[in-house]
Amino acid sequence: MPPKTRLATRPASAVPAAALATLLATLLALAALILGPSAARADEATLRPLVAALGTATGFDALEQAIGALAATGDPLAAPILEALSAGDLQIRKADKQVVLVRKDGATTIAIDPLTGAALGELGRRDAEKIRVNNRIRNAIQAANAALTLRSPDAAVRAAAAAEMFRASDPSMAAPLAAAMADERDPAVKAVLEEAWSAAILKSDAPEAEKLAAIAVLEARGDRDAMGILAGVAASGTGAVPEAAAAAAASIDSALAVWGAAQNVWYGLSLGSVLLLAAIGLAITFGVMGVINMAHGEMVMLGAYTTFVVQEIIRTSAPELFDMSLAIALPLAFLFAGGVGVVIERTIIRWLYGRPLETLLATWGLSLIIQQAIRTIFGANNREVGNPSWMSGSFELGQLSITYGRLWIVVFALVVFAALMLAMRFTPFGLQMRAVTQNRRMASVMGIRTPWVDAMTFGLGSGIAGIAGVALSQIDNVSPNLGQSYIIDSFMVVVFGGVGNLWGTLVGAFTLGVVNKFLEPYAGAVLGKIFVLVFIILFIQKRPRGLFALKGRAVEA
Amino acid sequence: MITRRLLGDGGILVLVAVLLAAAVLVPLANLAMPEGSALHIGTSSVQLFGKYLAYAMLALSVDLVWGYCGILSLGHGAFFALGGYAMGMYLMRQIGARGVYANPVLPDFMVFLNWPELPWYWYGFDQFWVAAIAIVAVPGLLAFVFGWFAFRSRVTGVYLSIITQAMTFALLLAFFRNDMGFGGNNGLTDFKDIWGFNIQSAETRSGLFAATALMLAGALLVCRFVTRSKLGKVLVAIRDAESRTRFIGYRVEHYKLFVWTLSAVMAGIAGALYVPQVGIINPSEFSPANSIEAVIWVAVGGRGTLIGPVIGAVLVNAGKTYFTGALPEYWLFALGGLFVFVTLFLPKGIVGLVRSRAGRKSEVAGGIAGGVAADEASAAAEAGVAAKPQAAE
Repeated sequence: MPPKTRLATRPASAVPAAALATLLATLLALAALILGPSAARADEATLRPLVAALGTATGFDALEQAIGALAATGDPLAAPILEALSAGDLQIRKADKQVVLVRKDGATTIAIDPLTGAALGELGRRDAEKIRVNNRIRNAIQAANAALTLRSPDAAVRAAAAAEMFRASDPSMAAPLAAAMADERDPAVKAVLEEAWSAAILKSDAPEAEKLAAIAVLEARGDRDAMGILAGVAASGTGAVPEAAAAAAASIDSALAVWGAAQNVWYGLSLGSVLLLAAIGLAITFGVMGVINMAHGEMVMLGAYTTFVVQEIIRTSAPELFDMSLAIALPLAFLFAGGVGVVIERTIIRWLYGRPLETLLATWGLSLIIQQAIRTIFGANNREVGNPSWMSGSFELGQLSITYGRLWIVVFALVVFAALMLAMRFTPFGLQMRAVTQNRRMASVMGIRTPWVDAMTFGLGSGIAGIAGVALSQIDNVSPNLGQSYIIDSFMVVVFGGVGNLWGTLVGAFTLGVVNKFLEPYAGAVLGKIFVLVFIILFIQKRPRGLFALKGRAVEA
Repeated sequence: MITRRLLGDGGILVLVAVLLAAAVLVPLANLAMPEGSALHIGTSSVQLFGKYLAYAMLALSVDLVWGYCGILSLGHGAFFALGGYAMGMYLMRQIGARGVYANPVLPDFMVFLNWPELPWYWYGFDQFWVAAIAIVAVPGLLAFVFGWFAFRSRVTGVYLSIITQAMTFALLLAFFRNDMGFGGNNGLTDFKDIWGFNIQSAETRSGLFAATALMLAGALLVCRFVTRSKLGKVLVAIRDAESRTRFIGYRVEHYKLFVWTLSAVMAGIAGALYVPQVGIINPSEFSPANSIEAVIWVAVGGRGTLIGPVIGAVLVNAGKTYFTGALPEYWLFALGGLFVFVTLFLPKGIVGLVRSRAGRKSEVAGGIAGGVAADEASAAAEAGVAAKPQAAE
C-alpha cells in the first residue's frame, strides 16, 4: 500500500507563467553551483542506476544497502542526494517511476533531476510519492554522508567532518576513517582524522595493539572529550587496554587540572587588570594626596561615555575610522575626566583638605550629581559601545582560550601603570608631586606651587580613571551606574595594597583578581566575592595600613 | 534665645515631649477626627511620618558614633536592615496559611524554591519575643564582633569607613542569594498581621506610629544619658584626640566598642519599626548608598547634637518625598548638592548654625564665648587621621 503523500500545494495552473520562468532560472543557477567543477566525480551513468535503486528498494534493509552503494562511489554529488532523502525531498514520480528531487517554492512544487539539476516540470499534489525513511535510515545516511564529506576537496570541510566523527565515535566508521587517513595530504586534517579514527577504533573490537596506539593518540589530544572516551574504555573491563586507558585518562586529568589552574590565573589576571585600571587613579588621589574621592567611579563612567560619544561621531561622519575609535577616545577621555577632576579640586576639594570624612561625603554627593547628569543627557539605559576588529576574536594557547579584548586590556593596564611610574619618577611634575607628598611645607618653601600640584595630581588621578573607562567600555555595560560597581572594589584594592604605594596597588589588584577567580568555582561568583570582602576586612585588622605600608616618617607626613 | 534654648541641650526634653504628644495626638487626629475635618490626618500621612521617625532613629544612631565618637560608619544601614529582617521574619511567620501556596509553616518563597522544611534559623520566629531578641541581638552581635576586631587593631578614620562600607556591601550580596533563606531578591513582603492586628488597618498604622514615636523618645533619652555621663565625656575626648585619651590611660577601644554596639542596636530597632510600616524588607536596604544617605541626614541636622539628626532625617526625607513626587529627575541633583553644600558651608549642620548665631549674639552680650573657635578646633582634631595638606600650610 503506497503511503499517502502530503504535498500541500495548489494545482500548477494557478501559478503565473512569468513567476515560473524566474523560478526555473534561479534553480538552474543553483544547480550549476552544486554541479560546479569538483574532483573525483564518478560517471553520471554509474550514479544513475544507484539513485534509481533508492526508488526501487523495497523495505528499509534494501534501502540501506542502496544508500551504502551510492555512498561507496565517493562522489560529492551523492551527499546532497542523500541529504534530500533524509529530509523527505527525494520522491518517486508516479508517471514514470523516476526518482526526482522536489523543491517547493511558495505554491509550486517542482521536480528536479537529482543528478543534473535540470528541471523536470511541475508536480501536482498527487503526482509523486515520498521515499520513506525511518530513524535508522537517517542515521545510516548521516554516517554515509560523513564518510563522503571526508573526501571533500575543501580541507576545512574534511576537518569539520572528522571532528564530528570524533564526537560520534561510531565503531563502524573506523574503516572509512582509516582509508581517508591514508589518502589525506594535509597534516592538520590528518591529525584530526587520526583522533577520530582512534575514538572509533576504541569502541570497536579491533586488535589490542591498534587500540593501544589509539589510546596514545587520544592521550596526545589531551582534552576533556578525549578523557571522557578514555574513561569509558577504562571502565569497560580489565586487561591491558582498559589499564592503559585509565593511565592515559589520569594523565590527561592531571594535565587538565594544570590547564584549569592556568585558565583561572588568566581570568584572575584579566579581572586584576580591570581592578588595577579602576584603582590606579584612586591610588593617586587617595594614596598620594590623602583625598577620598567617592566620585572616582564616575570619572571612569565619564571616560566610558566619552568613548561612546566618539564612536557615535565616527559612526555618523567617518565610519572608516571605527577601528581607530579607541585610540581617539583615549586622549579625549583623559583630558575630559582630568579636566572635570581639576574643576572639582579647585571648587570643592581644596576647601576640605585635612578633613577626609567631609571630603568623602562631598565627593559622594558629586558622584550622585554626575550620575544623574549623565542619566538626564544619555538616558538610564545601557549604551552600545562597539569593539574594534582588533579587539574581537580569540586564540587558543594549549587548552587556554584567550580573547583579544581581555589580552589587550591586561597589556593596556600594565602600560598605563608603567607610564605612571615613569612619570612619577622622571618628570619634573612627578618630582614636585613626590616632594609635596613627602613634605608639603618644605616643598612650598623651595618654590613649588603646592596648590597647583594638588590640582594637577587630582586631575591626573581623574584622567587615568577616564582612560580606565575607555577600556571598561569594551567589556562592561556603559550605563550611568558603571562607576558604582567599581568604586568599592577599587577601594578594597587600594586599602589592601597599602595607601601611598603604587606597587601595592599593582600587587593588590592582581592578588584580589586571582583570588576571586580561584574562589569562584568552589563558592560561586557572589559567595566568592563575599569571602574576598570578609578577607579584606579581616586583613585590615591585621595590617591596618595595607600590604605595602609606608614606614617611618612618611606615615605621618 | 528661644531658638537657642530649643536647639540646645534642654531641647532634647522638649523634643521628647513633642514626640510623646505626637504619639497620642496623631493617632487621635487620624482615628477620632472625621475625614474632611481640618484636624484630620490621613492614614498614608501617619504611615509616612512613622517612616520618617524610624529614619530619625537610624540617624540618631549614626550620630551617636559619628558626632560623639568620631567613627564615621558607612554601614549603619546594615544594622538597620538586619533589625528589619528579624521583624520581617516574624511577620512572615504570621502570614501562616494565607500565603499564595497556603503552606501553614513555610513562607511562600520557600515553597516556591522547593524547600522541604524551615531552616533552623527561622525556628521560633512565630513568637514575637524571639523576634524581639533577634532584633536587638543580631545587629548588636555583628557590631560587637566587627567592632572588637576593628577597634582592637586601631582601624580608624577613613579606613574604618571603607570597611564598614565593605561590610554592608558583603551583606547586600549575601542577602541577594536565594540560598540564604531570606527571600533573595524580593526579600520579605505581603505581611498580613502584627500581634494579631491587620497590618493594613488605620488603627494598626496609628499604633505603629505611636510605638515608633515612643521608641524614638526613649532612644533620645538613652542617648542623652550616655552623652551626658562621664562615659560621654570620654567619647568626645576620643573624638577630638584619640591618642591623647589613650595616653591618659583610658581603654579607648572599650569605649568605642560600647558606643558602637549600642548604636547598632538602636539602628536595628529602628529597622524593626520601619519594616511593618513600609510593608517590605529587601536586600536593597543593605546598599551602601542608603547608609551614606543616613550620614547626610545627620550632617544636615547637625552632628554632635542629639536633636540635629532627628531634624535632619525628617527634613531630608520630607524633601525626598516632595522631589520624588514632583520632580523625580532632580532628586539626585538635590541630594548630591546637599552633600556638597552641607560639607562646605554647614559643617555643623542646621543646629550648629543656629547655635553659633545665637552664641555670637550672647557673646556680644557678654555670654559664653568661643563656640565657633571650639567648633573649628574639634573639626581640625577630627582630621588627625590622614595628611592635612592645606591645614599644615
